[in-house]
Amino acid sequence: MSEIVPGADHPIPHDHADDVELYHPHSWITKYVFSQDAKVIGIQYSLTAMAIGLVALVLSWLMRLQLGFPSTFSFIDPPSYYQFITMHGMIMVVYLLTALFLGGFGNYLIPLMVGARDMVFPYANMLSYWIYLLAVLVLVASFFAPGGPTGAGWTLYPPQAILSGTPGGQGWGIILMLVSLALFIIGFTMGGLNYVVTVLQARTRGMTLMRMPLTVWGIFTATVMALLAFPALFVGAVMMLFDRLLGTSFFMPALVEMGQQLRYGGGSPILFQHLFWFFGHPEVYIVALPAFGIVSDLISTHARRNIFGYRMMVWAIVGIGALSFIVWAHHMYVSGMHPWFGFFFATTTLIIAVPTAIKVYNWLLTLWRGDIHLTVPMLFTLAFIVTFLNGGLTGLFLGNVVVDVPLSDTMFVVAHFHMVMGVAPIMVIFGGIYHWYPKVTGRMMNDAMGKIHFWVTFLGAYLIFFPMHYLGLLGVPRRYHEIGPTSFVPDSAETLNAFISVVALVVGAAQMLFLFNLAWSLRRGREAGPNPWNATTLEWQTPQTPPGHGNWGKETPPVYRWAYAYGVPGAARDFIPQNEPPATAAGDGGSG
Amino acid sequence: MPDTPLIRTQDAATPTSGWHSLVSDWSSDRHAFKDVSWGKAMMWIFLLSDTFIFGCFLLSYMTVRMSTTTPWPNPSEVFALEIAGTNMPLILIAIMTFVLITSSGTMAMAVNAGYRRNRRAAALLMLVTALFGAAFVGMQAFEWSKLIHEGVRPWENPWGAAQFGSTFFMITGFHGTHVTIGVIFLLIVARKVWRGDFDSGRKGFFTSRKGRYEIVEITGLYWHFVDLVWVFIFAFFYLW
Repeated sequence: MSEIVPGADHPIPHDHADDVELYHPHSWITKYVFSQDAKVIGIQYSLTAMAIGLVALVLSWLMRLQLGFPSTFSFIDPPSYYQFITMHGMIMVVYLLTALFLGGFGNYLIPLMVGARDMVFPYANMLSYWIYLLAVLVLVASFFAPGGPTGAGWTLYPPQAILSGTPGGQGWGIILMLVSLALFIIGFTMGGLNYVVTVLQARTRGMTLMRMPLTVWGIFTATVMALLAFPALFVGAVMMLFDRLLGTSFFMPALVEMGQQLRYGGGSPILFQHLFWFFGHPEVYIVALPAFGIVSDLISTHARRNIFGYRMMVWAIVGIGALSFIVWAHHMYVSGMHPWFGFFFATTTLIIAVPTAIKVYNWLLTLWRGDIHLTVPMLFTLAFIVTFLNGGLTGLFLGNVVVDVPLSDTMFVVAHFHMVMGVAPIMVIFGGIYHWYPKVTGRMMNDAMGKIHFWVTFLGAYLIFFPMHYLGLLGVPRRYHEIGPTSFVPDSAETLNAFISVVALVVGAAQMLFLFNLAWSLRRGREAGPNPWNATTLEWQTPQTPPGHGNWGKETPPVYRWAYAYGVPGAARDFIPQNEPPATAAGDGGSG
Repeated sequence: MPDTPLIRTQDAATPTSGWHSLVSDWSSDRHAFKDVSWGKAMMWIFLLSDTFIFGCFLLSYMTVRMSTTTPWPNPSEVFALEIAGTNMPLILIAIMTFVLITSSGTMAMAVNAGYRRNRRAAALLMLVTALFGAAFVGMQAFEWSKLIHEGVRPWENPWGAAQFGSTFFMITGFHGTHVTIGVIFLLIVARKVWRGDFDSGRKGFFTSRKGRYEIVEITGLYWHFVDLVWVFIFAFFYLW
């Protein structure tokens, strides 16, 4: 791996360009509340996302109580069950995963990892968080609105979403949901423009695109996708709001409800499905690509090996991002589309398996003969790889039209997407938090608590979702409050459901241990020092830990190499930070 | 990549044209787009995202126009004005389109004047652009009130498919909002140019950053985009 020798030809110039006029906070409020510092904004995003995620966790408990012990809990009636399902799905996908990966990790890590002082537009970045918070509050408000939140399912398909038969359909629920989504998109756009421009235009000296850590590549590509995919949801939400509030018929065909002809007529419900999934499928990868990136960095760091096939990894991320825009209708095989569409979308869907498989192989080859440290972040990373592989394989089942049609709307689908975009990215979020917590707070998270948290979560997730595949193959439908006796589902399915529910309660409780660990380690964790994992990327090389205002000292760090200089033969240590000048790196270890 | 000994900064010898220069820019450090400021890059990417919004609106309009079972009103008749006894189809839309495209011309001249540090001309031209924009929104308000007067509502109209009114108010309303926001920004920037903020290095109210004359060009990018979108709305909504 050749170094860049800053010789007479190409001296690394001093940091003269782009004189960032940082916003200097003057008070506690502008420093920690209305902060324009990407690091504080990232923490704000993360904490808000985790708080609303707790709501989703409790909702999943309630659903599992109903599914495991039907007719036991009188307060879970069918309408509220649908409300729980809807809000759980929407919160997890949009308000937790998207916000935490892009708003949380993105804000904290992008400027540090590319060697910038802050995001390029700190004021818009601050607005982004506060609009996100507003969106979350509007969402929470729908729990307290008359009629409760919407129960239309997270896909919000019309016409049922705005009819009186659906909880919240004729009340406030659906209105608040759509308004909240529109706000989220506006807020996200402000942040997203920041992330993209920061990566493209505000890197430090020597930081080429092909030297960026894969974490940045993942978040960057996901953000570009989000900026192109969220418009479809925005348009869909606006049009459905008009259908609900003004009586337009964008998505509403002629309908008879309770013997009454409604005023609607001539609209296209399928149009909403197309708009929704043009957002919805890229959304899966908006959540997955940052996870891919973070996992690559965690594997490389904790296995002390350079990432295998870095260039392929980057192109796989970009390729998956591009492909994900032409696969959306594989969510609509049973919508009555023309079969030729199914043919096209099944083909594109299965093609995505190629770059995805490249990534999985490269992760395995990075681990191959690596010096694997089974730290808590590494455990979560390994759990991600198996979980993602598992969910990806069932994705191949569902990507085929003929296999999908019988499996559609069964528990198999629930098992599939929870594995691939529920459990897998959350494993990465946990791994990422355990990994970067020392940089954010200066202290390590407690290892014993972390390991208990990991094993309960990992094994529990499999105990929960593995049997669901079997339930789905039996034909147990999803989104049913209670299926009652059928000719095709054996009684043992009920026992299995009860088992899943008990495990779900335990796994949920284990997350409280994680939250306790977060709070406990803030004061009592072991002092971490600037670089506890001996990592190479720039965020571990900051002059202060936690990084101060402006991230760097007088000058932003010059970058001499890629982010994966682990185990370089002849080097003094088993890692060479990106900003270490070649002379000292190759030297006698004087820099220690 | 590890095996390429590279550091390409601005002073390194780089090809100046074609794909080679593109590749060399993107594989260099610091900036992917050379000599493009953060603000300009942000505006371009925002406009790309906004394109998807208008694209989705127009595609949805075409879909419901095909899905509806009742006939679509004839735009030539609906958007006709009775002037001095003659029935003139699309006359108002033609004037509106002309005004908006003219405003793009004055905007381009304002950008030029701004970079020449001709403050007075730049501010005046931006003001003229804003006036054209306001005139456009005014004519749109007239068109809206005329149609509302004739009984067009988002949920119904006297001539046919209800989706006609729905898509008309939604799409032109969304575009009109864009024009209005553009007018407000033009006025704000024109005031700053007139006052000489970009020469004196006066800092922005929120951002504590100094502005530059480039903001005129960035506002112009937005303005031309709104103009371009109108061409598509004009073609798909009024001429189809």
